[in-house]
Amino acid sequence: MANEQKIGKTLRMIKGERMFKRSIRLSGILMVTLVLGIFITLFWGAFPSIQSLGFDFFKGKTWDPVQNVFGAYPFLVGTLLTSLVALMISIPFSVAIAIFLGEYFPNGWLSNFLRGTIELIAAVPSVIFGFWGFFVLVPIIRTFQVEMGIMPNGVGIFSAALVLAIMIIPYAASLGTSIIKMVPSDLKEGAYALGATRWEVLRNVILPYSKSGLFAGILLSLGRAVGETMAVTMVIGNANLLPESIFSPGNTMASVIANEFTEADHPLYLAALIEMGLFLFLVTFVINFIGKRIIKKTTNH
Amino acid sequence: MKNHLNYRIAKTKVMQWLVYLLAFLTVLPLVFILIYIVKAAIGAINWDFIVNIPKPVGEIGGGIANALLGTIIILFFATIIAVPIGILTGVYLSENKTGKLSYWVGMCVDVLQGIPSIVIGIIAYFWLVRPLGSFSAISGSIALAIMMLPIIIRSTEETLKLLPNSLKEAGYALGMPSHRVILRIIIPCGFSGILSGVMLAVARVAGETAPLLFTAFGNPFIETNLGKPMQTLPLLIFNYATSSYEEWQNLAWGASIVLLAMVLSFNLLTKLITRKWKIQL
Repeated sequence: MANEQKIGKTLRMIKGERMFKRSIRLSGILMVTLVLGIFITLFWGAFPSIQSLGFDFFKGKTWDPVQNVFGAYPFLVGTLLTSLVALMISIPFSVAIAIFLGEYFPNGWLSNFLRGTIELIAAVPSVIFGFWGFFVLVPIIRTFQVEMGIMPNGVGIFSAALVLAIMIIPYAASLGTSIIKMVPSDLKEGAYALGATRWEVLRNVILPYSKSGLFAGILLSLGRAVGETMAVTMVIGNANLLPESIFSPGNTMASVIANEFTEADHPLYLAALIEMGLFLFLVTFVINFIGKRIIKKTTNH
Repeated sequence: MKNHLNYRIAKTKVMQWLVYLLAFLTVLPLVFILIYIVKAAIGAINWDFIVNIPKPVGEIGGGIANALLGTIIILFFATIIAVPIGILTGVYLSENKTGKLSYWVGMCVDVLQGIPSIVIGIIAYFWLVRPLGSFSAISGSIALAIMMLPIIIRSTEETLKLLPNSLKEAGYALGMPSHRVILRIIIPCGFSGILSGVMLAVARVAGETAPLLFTAFGNPFIETNLGKPMQTLPLLIFNYATSSYEEWQNLAWGASIVLLAMVLSFNLLTKLITRKWKIQL
């Protein structure tokens, strides 16, 4: 009797173990199906547009839903301009933070303060950045534009890039910090022993050693910038035209989707918007993939 | 010779100060944002603001009760959906460090983390809003849950990988089956890490607007039905900030500070948890 009970208990345990193993495996498989499902859904949704517009979709310069003319070139340019300008503005700051936290002040209250600030910037919701940008940054830029004698739009590519630049600093900065901290101290000490100044060590030892890691951090923040929606939507001006200059209003792919998705009444219109979503998905995928690859390579040795 | 040395020393000093300057210039925008929001919102915040719903155009007053309630409901269900799947997948990744499937799972988690939030919104629209026939809070919850998953999975995996093997071996030596070792020993030991991952995930998605634009959609009234459109704080901020009525803009400023306080306190809580219950080895 007692033996049978024991056997029953053991059997239950074995069953439970099998169930558990199966369920964690299942949730793993769920992740793969989720990502595949996302890709397939986007592709399927974009198919009418891919089929009827082909590659011209990315070359067409007019976006006129009323006439059923869909060319995404202005938005491609808009996305590229905003993210590259944002990247350009943010790089000096994020590299400086990485050097400050990684080399000059690895710990202490000053670095805690700066680290806390970076984390806060990363935590502020993008819609709040957009709101602030619209009410504070845009009027400032408008005043500048009046003084420079160009169209005082205020909103536009440059405003969006400026807000984006602030938002993406934390990504490159925090990765850069950990990469710079990983530079072996014997390398640095060797350079110091040869009489190098602190800047020379930084310039000739630390930065070359950590440049691929810094590059990966910058790539990851580019991935953020390309897909960022709300803040950009609120300050870019939402003009479906090819931007003439860096100060003119425009639209990015993400902001067009955000603005027009619920208005898309024609199947081709919807498909064209989804095709931009698919494109964003693929672009951020490639950027992140390369970035992660570089990180893996640099952290391995 | 001396001149050259002086030049090098001067260069080091200049560069050092340049780095300090650039690093601390980054603090400025944050300070400006915080000061501006507090200044703009301080007049709008009071008890009525929390318990009332927005008034129509032209009327003074009104509050954000519907958005606050909606945010809590949508976040609650997103967490309920994301936590079990996230922890199980995290356990899977930490238990299977090598192997083809775990490589692909890890890869997919990375991909998921990088997907722009607006694309997640499109997906939730196609998977839920279209089949169900209307915008709904539950589709918003699922969109947010998808965004929470990678954060929970990665933090669970990292935490469990840090635990020493001796813990597990002790369990096996007592004759425990492996699922019990994981559920009774490994997960309780790594609880603080997993919890902080969950909190971080909640903090990340609490301010998300883009995935909710075509899912939860927004609603000017209090709504508790998951199958109906629901207002959330980020949606309210977006809709009212871009309106041209000053009263509505003030409402959006008030909502901003409430949202900001919520997100920041989640972040702070995460930090406290990790500091207080650090895994002791």
